Amino acid sequence: MRFVFKTRYEQDLRLWRHNGDLIGYGIFLAALLALPMFAGVYYVGEANLWLIYAIAAMGLMIAVGFTGMVSLGHSAFLGIGAYTHAYLLQNGVPFVFSLPLGGLLAGAIGVAVGLPTLRMHGIYLAIATLAVALITQEIMSKWSSVTGGFDGLPVAAPDFLSIQTEAMYQGEWFSVGGLHVGWVELWSPVSLYYICIVVLILAALIARNLLRSPTGRAFVAIRDSEISAQSMGVHLAHYKTTAFGISAFVTGLAGGLFAHQISHLAPDAFNIFISIELLLICVVGGIGTIQGAVLGAAFLILLRSFIPIVRDEVTAGAGGVEFLAGLVRFVNSPGLEAAIFGALLVLFIVFEPMGLYGRWLKTKTYFDLFPLYKKSTFARQKSYVKTERLR
Amino acid sequence: MTFFKADKLAIHFGGVKAVDGVDFEITEGEIFTIIGPNGAGKTTIFNLISRIYEPTEGKLIFNDEDITNTAPHLIAGRGIARTFQNIELFEQATVLQNLLIGRHAHRSGTLLANVFFLPSTRRAELAHREEVEKVIEFLDLARYRDQRIANLPYGVRKVVELGRALCTEPKLLLLDEPSSGLNVEETSDMAFWIKDIRDLLGITVLMVEHDMSLVNRVSDRVLALNYGRVLTLGSPSEVQSNEEVIRAYLGG
Repeated sequence: MRFVFKTRYEQDLRLWRHNGDLIGYGIFLAALLALPMFAGVYYVGEANLWLIYAIAAMGLMIAVGFTGMVSLGHSAFLGIGAYTHAYLLQNGVPFVFSLPLGGLLAGAIGVAVGLPTLRMHGIYLAIATLAVALITQEIMSKWSSVTGGFDGLPVAAPDFLSIQTEAMYQGEWFSVGGLHVGWVELWSPVSLYYICIVVLILAALIARNLLRSPTGRAFVAIRDSEISAQSMGVHLAHYKTTAFGISAFVTGLAGGLFAHQISHLAPDAFNIFISIELLLICVVGGIGTIQGAVLGAAFLILLRSFIPIVRDEVTAGAGGVEFLAGLVRFVNSPGLEAAIFGALLVLFIVFEPMGLYGRWLKTKTYFDLFPLYKKSTFARQKSYVKTERLR
Repeated sequence: MTFFKADKLAIHFGGVKAVDGVDFEITEGEIFTIIGPNGAGKTTIFNLISRIYEPTEGKLIFNDEDITNTAPHLIAGRGIARTFQNIELFEQATVLQNLLIGRHAHRSGTLLANVFFLPSTRRAELAHREEVEKVIEFLDLARYRDQRIANLPYGVRKVVELGRALCTEPKLLLLDEPSSGLNVEETSDMAFWIKDIRDLLGITVLMVEHDMSLVNRVSDRVLALNYGRVLTLGSPSEVQSNEEVIRAYLGG
């Protein structure tokens, strides 16, 4: 087994625990970078969705996983980021400014929402943020001068990848979109893919830096015991609002990328279901971990593409068979995805509360300690009374 | 100069007078114990001092300053730290992280410096770590340093909580039943530490305690409470032989 020998305090401030970790992350990054060379455009598009969901979930993780504030309103922040980015891009603001501006507006609205709602806990906070999601969606559909209402808002390609040039053809000027080098168009799912990787790394750095600094420690303190966090000098309202603001900011960044992914914004794209999916990612991936957001997002995207495949296979295979008619009806029933996601959420909370990342850690520990692994190493116990009544 | 003074302190929950006009004064460098039967208002006094509760009447003076209206999160910065009766540690964090949160009142730097982990944040973190390591050495917690609280036995958690309070560099330390749930050996360790905290670190201690042997060993003065009122105040032996105190505990 590996024992990390520490000789300096700085070793505990590093981004990785030991050099073995660094190799692991390096291989993961190399595989990410190399993916478009092997996978087709369709799969790169799915990978984009994965990365975008991972970034958005990383944002939500700061609120839910680090600070213990449940939010069902993150579809709103994703939407605010997306609409702001698309609107600014359309009006000639360069991509490198409009993407962070979208995040900042989402963050600012997160702070504004947080100020009154973060006095609440648990289910009450979830309901308050649910209201935020619904109101935001309503605004998106009604404020048509900016958002285009139900007609939607087309998303322009990033400026630095699509220089508009004009060409003379038979005596008239035509606008020629897209920047081409040879036969390769620069703006494609592949270029979005690389932008997503950059933003993902930035988001992970923000989250990791928070966790190793006093601010993130205060978040975790609030999650585990508000009363003692306060006694240690943590200003609860201030830090909860900060956490919510950063959380909304990161999800807003993901929103800007999401706008490019779906290329045409409509209010329906940011319904409450997105919030639930993000929450599912956090729980399935491993609540309170950065890696969990990436793993959980991969799980969700795989599941989402798997369900239609199963549906088609079952319908095709059992379509004519009399006694399987019920099964066919079942797999084709509307809302099946939501039901499966809900069931998975419950199953993970009950059987694997540490999520996929926890499962990975357990597997790693199993091989580290083989054959001395004890199941109880990761057992959670809650045998001591908390002073909940002071809330 | 007044180090700490509770002046006609009172809090009423509806008709229940949990603390009803309690006066006492703590001089710097003493170990002051509050005893009393269950429901006497001991922990309520702690919650009043750490400003979790709003007193109905009365004043709290600390270091010649009125802290009756100080916000609860500023109390640690003023130099008052506390532990809790039912251990309120951050369970999913390691011992080291718990102790580092004790340094929160001494943090510096902005949110952005933290987000980018600027060199200033790194330097501050290392300085905090030095301070935390002193406490780890003082309380002999080195072997638990990287363990999560959820995996630690009760006795160690008690010590970690004491350590977290010490990390705030308090002038006045409030200990809420430091020996509850500890075995005889751990209780005697706790007694040594409480004495050391006063003698070596120069921290004044105010504690609530039921274990009279521990009270006798460490306390300079004892205040007996019942139904939110002061019964008597004096040396441990004086208080223990007081008629009213005996009646409060044994009935009659």
